[in-house]
Amino acid sequence: MVMEQTDLAGGKSLEAEADATSAPKISAKGVSVFYGDKKAIDDVSINVHTEHVTAFIGPSGCGKSTFLRTLNRMNDTIPSARVEGTIELDGEDIYHSGMDVVQLRARVGMVFQKPNPFPKSIYENIAYGPRIHGLAQGKNELDQIVERSLHRAGLWEEVKDRLEDSGTALSGGQQQRLCIARAIAVDPEVILMDEPCSALDPIATAKIEELIDELRGRYAIVIVTHSMQQAARVSQRTAFFHLGNLVEYGHTSDIFTNPREKKTQDYITGRYG
Amino acid sequence: MSSAIPLLLAIGLGLAGWLVARSRAWKFKREAADGRLASLPNYHAWYAGLWVGLPAFLWGALWSVISDNLILQHVLSSSGATGLPAFGMRRDAIINEARNVATGAADRALSPEAQALVEPFREAITLYTWVGIAIVLILAVIGAAWAFLRLKPDFGARTRVEKGVLFVLFVASLVAILTTFGIFLTLIFETYRFFEMVSPIDFLFGTHWAPDPMANAQNPDGSRYGAIPLFWGTIFIGAIIAMTVAIPVGLMSAIYLTQYAPAKLRSWIKPALEILAGVPTVVYGYFAALTIAPAIRDIAISVGIANASSESALAAGLVMGVMIIPFVSSMADDSIAAVPQAMRDGSLAMGATTNETIRRVLVPAALPGIVAGIMLAVSRAIGETMIVVMAAGYAANLSGNPLEAMTTVTVQIVAMLTGEASLDHPATLSAFALGFVLFIITLILNVIALRVVKRFREAYE
Repeated sequence: MVMEQTDLAGGKSLEAEADATSAPKISAKGVSVFYGDKKAIDDVSINVHTEHVTAFIGPSGCGKSTFLRTLNRMNDTIPSARVEGTIELDGEDIYHSGMDVVQLRARVGMVFQKPNPFPKSIYENIAYGPRIHGLAQGKNELDQIVERSLHRAGLWEEVKDRLEDSGTALSGGQQQRLCIARAIAVDPEVILMDEPCSALDPIATAKIEELIDELRGRYAIVIVTHSMQQAARVSQRTAFFHLGNLVEYGHTSDIFTNPREKKTQDYITGRYG
Repeated sequence: MSSAIPLLLAIGLGLAGWLVARSRAWKFKREAADGRLASLPNYHAWYAGLWVGLPAFLWGALWSVISDNLILQHVLSSSGATGLPAFGMRRDAIINEARNVATGAADRALSPEAQALVEPFREAITLYTWVGIAIVLILAVIGAAWAFLRLKPDFGARTRVEKGVLFVLFVASLVAILTTFGIFLTLIFETYRFFEMVSPIDFLFGTHWAPDPMANAQNPDGSRYGAIPLFWGTIFIGAIIAMTVAIPVGLMSAIYLTQYAPAKLRSWIKPALEILAGVPTVVYGYFAALTIAPAIRDIAISVGIANASSESALAAGLVMGVMIIPFVSSMADDSIAAVPQAMRDGSLAMGATTNETIRRVLVPAALPGIVAGIMLAVSRAIGETMIVVMAAGYAANLSGNPLEAMTTVTVQIVAMLTGEASLDHPATLSAFALGFVLFIITLILNVIALRVVKRFREAYE
């Protein structure tokens, strides 16, 4: 039964991979996540490609956020969480005992559901990552990183005259773009976004979506979203999770227009969820 | 006869009103068509009980304060009072003696002057007790009439009782405020008297502290009242040495407890730390005097400081620092724990280590709360007396050497107010001036701490 499911999921991801231009950035094989005795994710295999936006959709509690957090080992902060299976970043197992979690998280950045800027100045928020990783030699270089990150996050024009203001004084949408800029500042390879727009109004959401589309050219982006419209708008690949299982994974256009599984069809047509 | 009678009477009447109203409410309930009242019988009872008892009780309390004065005035205006000496302790003694005989606390008066006042005292006490009782009764009857005329089946006693409870709570909170105010007034009054005798400049800026309680009170030597050594001792022991111990240890234990300790260990260590806060300061005091101070002296001698004394600022400061660790650590613990998990996640997701996250994100974000905790700890430390008395001594030294004996403001307050103290002497009154300065300093520290905490609370809500 378990084997069969692995094959099934593996088959799906292979198919999605068939027309990908390069080897997968992240490759998860047979990943299960437990909270204590409770199994939250059951045997998920999926490939994530660079220069693509991969969306995880599914009803609440389906495990999509849990799975996202295994990709940069943020589940390590929960004592009862346990991960089985392998997740490879550029072919290297990230749950390998020799893996440096700190380095991993510098390569796989994350943006959270609720904007969480540090209660520091805008400048310090961005400079935080480069400082702790020693990315800048001297103040000039740090200034450049801050400016470049804010530019890429589309926030520079709005905040360039008040870099010393507190990051928490910005609007919700600006705060979220600040958090994206903060993640970009350490030059990651993958950016994980956990429902990045769920606390934002539609205008701010549109800006973030635009930004995600621009960022796609540089990074592999994985986004968890509640909104199917959002998944359809921003992503190239969509994975549908249900009750801890990966039900279907494929091109976004296929998932939304021509799903193979009945469950996916029911979900995207609003039958449940 | 005593001043407690009106109070007890008021309570008794209130209870009676409570019971009567309750049984009447049950009667309403039985008679009501649907067997329901607008308010439960207990609310009827409390409504009546409060109206009958509360005004009478408050009056009784007020009366027990003012009636003594009225009685005294009555006595002094009587014919027996003409022979009293005009002023001083003897006059007070005679009046006390007469009062004791009149109330039955003493068998008979020894002096003829007192004997002459016994009868007027008896008269006055009887008179004013009856006046008090009469007014209590009148108030109770008025309250009862007010309450019982309103208690009907459809009466909303419930909301009225709510208001009554509010009033009682308000009075209770007023007690603390008024007491503080009263303490403050006493301090100001006595401090003013002190500064009439000794110039504030001598007091606040002089560097020699040696008040002589035996010296002539009329013309004190201002140069002996320089309080700078005391202020310095207070700051050196309470704010510098104690904080050098308490801030790092408290902060680090808070960080360990909130960020690293397993839940099980935390559930043991935290209460244990709080027990530390509950140890009486006297116990810390003899720990400091019997264990720490000799140890420090021995170490000092062994490294070649020959004249090290067994009383030292260092011993007192170290032990005081240990004493206030729980204050620093529990406030720091609360404020670090109050930093949203999202901050921590955000930093960890950037690839920061736990240690970097604590140093660069959590502690800065929790800083207002930590600072407030430190402020409270400082105000606690500078108000501390016992440890200093036992470990640092009474000698007012203006010195930066922690191995020397030193003294603090609070210790000198105790020293000046105990023993052969006369309230007219500047040496005694200096205690109030010292207390006043201390009061102002701790008040300022507390205000700063509260303001900081308030700002901190607004930050995350």
